[in-house]
Amino acid sequence: MNPLARIGQVVLALLAEIGRLTLFLRDALIIGLLPRWYPRQMLIQLMRMGYHSLPVIGLTAFFTGGVLALQIYIGSSRFNAENLVSSIVALGITRELGPVLAALMMAGRVSAAIAAEIGTMRVTEQIDALTTLSVHPMKYLVAPRIVAGVVALPLLVLVADIIGILGGYVVGTRSLGFNAGSYLANTVNFLQWDDVTSGLIKAGVFGFILALMGCYHGFNSRGGAQGVGRATTNAVVSASILILAANYVLTSTLFAK
Amino acid sequence: MTDGKGGQGGKAPGAAEGVATGEGDIHVSVRGLKKSFGPKVVLDGVDLDVKRRSSLVVIGGSGTGKSVLIKCIIGLLRPDAGSIVIDGEETVHLKGRARARLMRKFGMLFQGAALFDSLPVWENVAFGLIHGQGVPRRQAREVAIDRLAQVGMPPEVADLYPAELSGGMQKRVGLARAIATRPEIILFDEPTTGLDPIMAAVIDELIVKTVKEVGATAITITHDMQSVRRIADEVAMIYKGRIIWHGPISQLDNSGNPYVDQFIHGRADGPIKMQVRG
Repeated sequence: MNPLARIGQVVLALLAEIGRLTLFLRDALIIGLLPRWYPRQMLIQLMRMGYHSLPVIGLTAFFTGGVLALQIYIGSSRFNAENLVSSIVALGITRELGPVLAALMMAGRVSAAIAAEIGTMRVTEQIDALTTLSVHPMKYLVAPRIVAGVVALPLLVLVADIIGILGGYVVGTRSLGFNAGSYLANTVNFLQWDDVTSGLIKAGVFGFILALMGCYHGFNSRGGAQGVGRATTNAVVSASILILAANYVLTSTLFAK
Repeated sequence: MTDGKGGQGGKAPGAAEGVATGEGDIHVSVRGLKKSFGPKVVLDGVDLDVKRRSSLVVIGGSGTGKSVLIKCIIGLLRPDAGSIVIDGEETVHLKGRARARLMRKFGMLFQGAALFDSLPVWENVAFGLIHGQGVPRRQAREVAIDRLAQVGMPPEVADLYPAELSGGMQKRVGLARAIATRPEIILFDEPTTGLDPIMAAVIDELIVKTVKEVGATAITITHDMQSVRRIADEVAMIYKGRIIWHGPISQLDNSGNPYVDQFIHGRADGPIKMQVRG
């Protein structure tokens, strides 16, 4: 095939995808957020995304905090600045690693689960059945998941911040020989509210992205088991990339002070 | 070879204005319905009338547009052209609230039952009542158990999950769900496909019984000829996206239409050729 035609094809496919996603987003926001609401569904999703993700998020944060303390110790000891370890661990976790790693773990856990569930509902005609029972799928399936994503992720990140700093503290005091009291004092004195809130705002945006990607790809899955598999992969990949891109944009425009 | 006896020509005067509501008038009227997916033309000008409180069965091979036809009628698919008049109201362009109001007239039994596997059986049956009509859960559960009894299922089934049921039992629950809100029009998408012959007969009997009890108009698509003879008052045959014959069940064997003859006798030779692509 003519290489120019090939480039054109790829560009057109990309634009069509962006168009479809925009229309889906419009429907999700306009139809999904107007009454009638399904609070029961929202609570179920909140439990699944939030509460059931705590072990994954906790372990991720603990090990990240620990390894951060080790690495910063190695780096800072080269110019005798070891006392910065606790502050940099706290800053790194709250501003960056807490929200981003939690969101990426959740993209693997939650976006995939949403895409697989909604995708299976699509190919087994359950979404059509919802419509025939006078229930709008955007209101019943999509809106509760998006709201749950936006609410659950900041809460999870708050937990991740605490456990991440704890991980740094454990490594710092047990294997790097820091004094427990001064490590904690350095953490608390150095950390500002901005550091925590900027991370939580990011988390809200990431929660929106990962729930939206799961719903969008699940909703548009076609063609049986293979289609559902493809939808799940696409949901995780697109959610992860969009989270990393959104992280850069948010940090550079809002929080780079 | 086109329109047969009785069906197409028998449109009751006044039906289009929506004034007649008695038995025998036209409940659903489809005219010139067209639907394509990309280059593939699936419906190519379907004309079809369904009488109130009658049971119409649409027969036809795989890939002839049966499913697309009923999905257009219920509003799951939007046709490219043509008209669908239900109770005298043009429905093709309805959206939002008007579409939701129209949807309440319908019940549908899906081919694979399409039960919500995250919900217990009773909540599946009561789904339209709780979420579509705002009936309190406790009251809806009672109705659901009543509907389950109507399709011959004991109350103990109510708290099981769909995955715990056999295919035939899932179809029964699907039927109970389709009739739960007492719809005026019930659509059956290949109700006996994938069932053993005995269960197929049971489901057919239940369909006839429940449709009569609810007093609904029934539109069924199938290629199971035994099922057709048990369910149908009238039969229409669809081929290459058009209705090529429509008449009462009593005339099915003497249709004089070579396509219908080949189909109902399941002959490999005849005017209908196998389609490779769906």
